[in-house]
Amino acid sequence: MSLVLNKSMEHPATSSRAATPPPAAAWTLPGIGLLKGLAVTATNMIQSYYRKDRMTTVQYPEERATISPNFRNFPFLAYDGADAMAGLRCTACLICENECPPKCIYIVLDRDENGKSLKRPKVFDIDVSVCMNCGICAEVCPFDSIYMDGEYELSTTDRFEGLLFNKQRLARSTDYHAQLRPLEAAEVAARRKADEDKKLAAQAAKEAKAKADKAAKEQAAAQESELS
Amino acid sequence: MPELDEDQLLHVSLGPQHPSTHGVFRMNVLLDGETVVSLKPVFGYLHRNHEKIAEGITYLSSMPFTDRLDYICPLTNNWAYAQAVEKLAGIEVPERAEYIRVITAELTRLINHSAFVGFFLGDMGAWGSALMYAFREREKILDLFEDLTGARMMSNYMRFGGCRNDLPDGWAAKASVLVNEFPRFLDELENLVTGNEILIARTQNIGALPKEALINGGITGPMLRAAGVAYDIRKVEPYGIYDRFKFRIPLGTTGDCYDRLMIRLLELRESLAILRQALDQLPEGAYIHPKAKIRNFKPPVGEAYARIESPKGELGFYLISDGSAKPFRYRIRPPSFINLTLLEDMCLGLDLADVVLILGSIDIVLGEVDR
Amino acid sequence: MTPDLPAIFTRLRAELPAATLAHLRNPGPSGQDSLLVAPACLVAVCQFLHDSADLDFDLLSNVTGVDWPDPALTDAVALPAEGSAAAVGGFLEVVYHLYSTSRRVGPLVLRARSVDRAEQVHIPSVVAVYRSAEYQEREIFDLFGVKFTGHPDLRRILMWDEFLDHPMRKDYLAPDDYQYEPTPHDAVLEKAKQHYPATSES
Repeated sequence: MSLVLNKSMEHPATSSRAATPPPAAAWTLPGIGLLKGLAVTATNMIQSYYRKDRMTTVQYPEERATISPNFRNFPFLAYDGADAMAGLRCTACLICENECPPKCIYIVLDRDENGKSLKRPKVFDIDVSVCMNCGICAEVCPFDSIYMDGEYELSTTDRFEGLLFNKQRLARSTDYHAQLRPLEAAEVAARRKADEDKKLAAQAAKEAKAKADKAAKEQAAAQESELS
Repeated sequence: MPELDEDQLLHVSLGPQHPSTHGVFRMNVLLDGETVVSLKPVFGYLHRNHEKIAEGITYLSSMPFTDRLDYICPLTNNWAYAQAVEKLAGIEVPERAEYIRVITAELTRLINHSAFVGFFLGDMGAWGSALMYAFREREKILDLFEDLTGARMMSNYMRFGGCRNDLPDGWAAKASVLVNEFPRFLDELENLVTGNEILIARTQNIGALPKEALINGGITGPMLRAAGVAYDIRKVEPYGIYDRFKFRIPLGTTGDCYDRLMIRLLELRESLAILRQALDQLPEGAYIHPKAKIRNFKPPVGEAYARIESPKGELGFYLISDGSAKPFRYRIRPPSFINLTLLEDMCLGLDLADVVLILGSIDIVLGEVDR
Repeated sequence: MTPDLPAIFTRLRAELPAATLAHLRNPGPSGQDSLLVAPACLVAVCQFLHDSADLDFDLLSNVTGVDWPDPALTDAVALPAEGSAAAVGGFLEVVYHLYSTSRRVGPLVLRARSVDRAEQVHIPSVVAVYRSAEYQEREIFDLFGVKFTGHPDLRRILMWDEFLDHPMRKDYLAPDDYQYEPTPHDAVLEKAKQHYPATSES
């Protein structure tokens, strides 16, 4: 009853212990193996009273375990500025709804009376009793609008309505995001600022060009009138 | 075999709600006294037709569902699926991502094999201690996973062409500390298990089958290697970057339950060796291929079968693409399910108490068996 | 290591002259071509691949079904065998992935196709050669409805015995009368209301 290492697959030893056959191969005094195991459990029991790394239970809710900033639970919708509904970044593009694996997102695009898209959601519901916290919605969103929250105390007495989060319930300020995940939020803010600057610069260039064109045109017209 | 008197036989329906069946799994056992005469497994209590669901959603959307197959080892499931799609679409994976994949997969193996020892002892009657020790160590690894992937178990981490995010600051250092401290726990576990007279009496010469029968029955993973067949996909068909690491494949001699237990203990040491090398060599660079597509991903028409050595055995994904955003055919080759093929053969002629042990030694997870 | 499919093809032609075989090319980048085997000679081909000392395909790793309801799609995805006409009305297909543990070669992909999707859905079972097909063939029978002739114990495996349909078929209609959990935008709720107009709320 010994374990051998296959020679054809063998590599130079990286761990000497693994190559040794288990102690069961040798004859030992009956009962020694059992006593050895009992010694392990006794040590663990005694150490669980004074050794910090063996005292693993956290007395929730008096104490709370530290949670990684990367921890993800349910999604939230980010908004800029003070007014949550006006500042929503979401454009109701439906990418997250299509990619959502359990199909828990429900979006209705808001339109004006002429049927023209207002590029904002009229309805944005997430059924968190269906959501499986995968984070794919946050990953596929091209508008930096949806992120994963770390909030986990969400018990409710109403199983259906209480677990259906509408856009008011889902909206969270970008400051909240910066507090929750500073690194990610800073990266997003920098990227958005760069995009904004680029857009502004492009617009300024466009305006300048239009101005120059206009001036040139006026000049040409003036010259023309002068000639005639 | 002497004639059996039908009236003397006892039908025992073991499960589906039975702690030793590791989930909702039932065995219809026919007993002659204490001896097993026939054993028919009954599946499907956890069936949700994952394959059908996956054929109705996009490729990326199936990734979180793979976490829920073998929920002890979500990261290896992620890897197997990502690898199949990469093969299907011909996507390259950057070097750093390959290292991250190896590190997370071997950490997963540590979780699976140490928890296996705990569950196996539980099946034998030593419920509690060993499992709690294993879960204590598992919790440390799950903390690392939470830091990296955002969730302890449902990681949804691999992407087609790399990983979802880079390692957080200081993660590799924390993982190194864990890898260096883990052998102390292994020593503890080995002291608890090996040489224990009760364990030896219960497990030796139980459930062994000839090598040829095991290969013919499609048994893979530690079960097959316990019988002495040198077949580990990390060696025979090195996927990812496994050909860069030095590690050995422990092999058993008889393939009984004792060997299956010891194989897992030895594989833990080898996984630690791989982890040490991978953490030492971890290069800088991109964690996902710059051209990898997250939105609107459509692989070309074709099919691919890719497999990895998951802690339970050969985990394969077979995909057929018709060029659309959804797979035309999505098939999982679940090691837990196929490893059960020879369950009856292993149990015939043994006692009912041994059936529980043999089932435990196969190491099944019902999320994967029933899909 | 991927097997040398053309060599195996010629080898099978020489050893089993009666067998009807075709080499199917895989249009994708994975490069896994397959051998289309006529159901009548499937067991003989498997037996030869298993017994032959130099090929030695001893591990049947994966067996699975594929439903092809639309022949046009079959032509686009799994290219039809050269010279053969595309089947009309679709068919069911069983795909086998074989490996050799001693030679470390694989996967060798075999495919067998039924005549149609309704009545002639019989494909011989390979359980006598490869035991690992036992539960997987039962699963294909359960989910796709392929009838494996010669299987020792062909019963449903994942669905319950009284279940009638085959859920993995492409034209399977999911039931809408199961116990639903109403959510305000649930399509299932709407369907269930149609199903039970009397019990639905006004």
